[in-house]
Amino acid sequence: MAFNTETMVINMGPQHPSTHGVLQLILELDGEVVQKATPHIGFLHRGTEKLSEYRTYHQIIPLTDRLDYLAPMSNNLGYVLAVEKLLGITDKIPERAKVIRVLMNELTRLKSHLVWMACHALDIGAMTVFLYCFREREDITDIYEKVSGARMTSNYFRVGGLSADLPDGLEKDIRDFAESMPGHIETYEGLLTGNRIWQKRTIGVGHISAEAAIDIGITGPSLRASGVDWDLRRDNPYSGYEDYDFEVPVFEEGDTFARYKARLDEMRQASLIVLQALDKLKPGPILADCPKVVLPPKQDVVETIEGLIHHFKIVTEGFSPEPGEVYQGVEAPKGELGFYLVSDGSPKPLRMKVRPPSFVNLQGLPQMVEGKFLADVVAVIGTLDIVLGEIDR
Amino acid sequence: MSDQAIVEKLKAKFSSAVLDVVEHRGETTVTIEKERIVEVCTFMRDDLGYNFLCDLCGVDYLGKLTPRFMVVYNLYNITTKQRIRIKVPVAEENANVDTVSTVWGTANWHERECWDLMGISFNGHPDLRRILMPADWEGHPLRKDYPLQGPDREPYQGRLS
Repeated sequence: MAFNTETMVINMGPQHPSTHGVLQLILELDGEVVQKATPHIGFLHRGTEKLSEYRTYHQIIPLTDRLDYLAPMSNNLGYVLAVEKLLGITDKIPERAKVIRVLMNELTRLKSHLVWMACHALDIGAMTVFLYCFREREDITDIYEKVSGARMTSNYFRVGGLSADLPDGLEKDIRDFAESMPGHIETYEGLLTGNRIWQKRTIGVGHISAEAAIDIGITGPSLRASGVDWDLRRDNPYSGYEDYDFEVPVFEEGDTFARYKARLDEMRQASLIVLQALDKLKPGPILADCPKVVLPPKQDVVETIEGLIHHFKIVTEGFSPEPGEVYQGVEAPKGELGFYLVSDGSPKPLRMKVRPPSFVNLQGLPQMVEGKFLADVVAVIGTLDIVLGEIDR
Repeated sequence: MSDQAIVEKLKAKFSSAVLDVVEHRGETTVTIEKERIVEVCTFMRDDLGYNFLCDLCGVDYLGKLTPRFMVVYNLYNITTKQRIRIKVPVAEENANVDTVSTVWGTANWHERECWDLMGISFNGHPDLRRILMPADWEGHPLRKDYPLQGPDREPYQGRLS
């Protein structure tokens, strides 16, 4: 009797707990081995780029929160830096605003990496890590809430500075948290790094070489785990990152375990940067002195006629950067987050293009899983640290 | 190598294809003819070291520029940490460009997105399908003449500033 073999096509997602959102994968399997993986995205498409063409530059900031909703302040930062560059006021940002931006941005990195680690470990079967990571993340969301009033969609940065200063006493809370963080990271490491199940599930899984990673456009810790020493905070510094002393962890192996170690080391460095930022924090203004484009301090709006006029003009009409185009990339927790803005001299951008790191990193998924076991697909989705909010925009 | 030196090298190699060079806020933008894009990108990658394609997107200048579209390539050099931007003008009646997914694999999805949202097609693309919108969607939402509320709906009358 003729023996017939054929591949089987199975559908994974968009409603699947380990796709981290609404990612759909069509997998062609030969037994347990993945022959072909085709990602389908767009289930969370909200038209952020189209909407931004109908809003003034300030009204777009809350839209950026909703891109990578696990790291909202990184998105805020990338966007406001792009607008500041478009306006040509980059060097007028006051020191205190820059330091607080770095401070919040590194807390955001910790926040995002904690969710990555929690979910990645949970996907592979380590439940405890999830609970520990979310305990620490809760502290960061509390800091977020005190700073911006919201736990996730912060909308905190403004073109030219910040929406409000840090509340009294928060610096001590942040310092206590940042000092406790290395100890917590030790705990996670104690649960995972030497764990033989963890090692079996991650070492050699989802390997990608440096050349392939650059070709497919992978950035951030995933690229650095393939041996490419590139970090925008150090190489194209913004918001005063050149004044901070930190290391960029680089690993050569290019597998899931290397990406795990790279992100862990990044968390250690992030808590060190938070402490340095706290040391740099001196009293001073939090908004640039550019009344035509930067919202005036609230006190001036209430007490001076000029402040009221400027506030009214900026809120109702917005400001009009001169025609031109800029691209600003920042090192978001997931990789290079870029904003490309085109101004035609009107108060609304002609075009805003977001370069989301997850979108591009996800493109590397098929070549990382093809020829590997089905169970490794879950590990690779976790290690790529994708967020569908910014993939689909 | 400064941006100026890069532009000089580009001009020396592709003199007739370089249409415009603009510097704005310290960023250099080079506009070139669309027929030469693959050649220029290969040259940028192999000879000038721009080994990383950060981003690729289309811009619709309806009523502001002719030809109507620009396709924008944001390049990065990982060795020297420099950026440069290449643009190609694309006419509405002939909205297509040669694919650069042969030069950088990452261009694959970016070009699919550009086709999906802006309606610019890419000749020789290995897999030109819609990526963000549903497969049976009609129209290209990021075009300026596409209504914000979507097709066949009353325009929103409330506050939309």
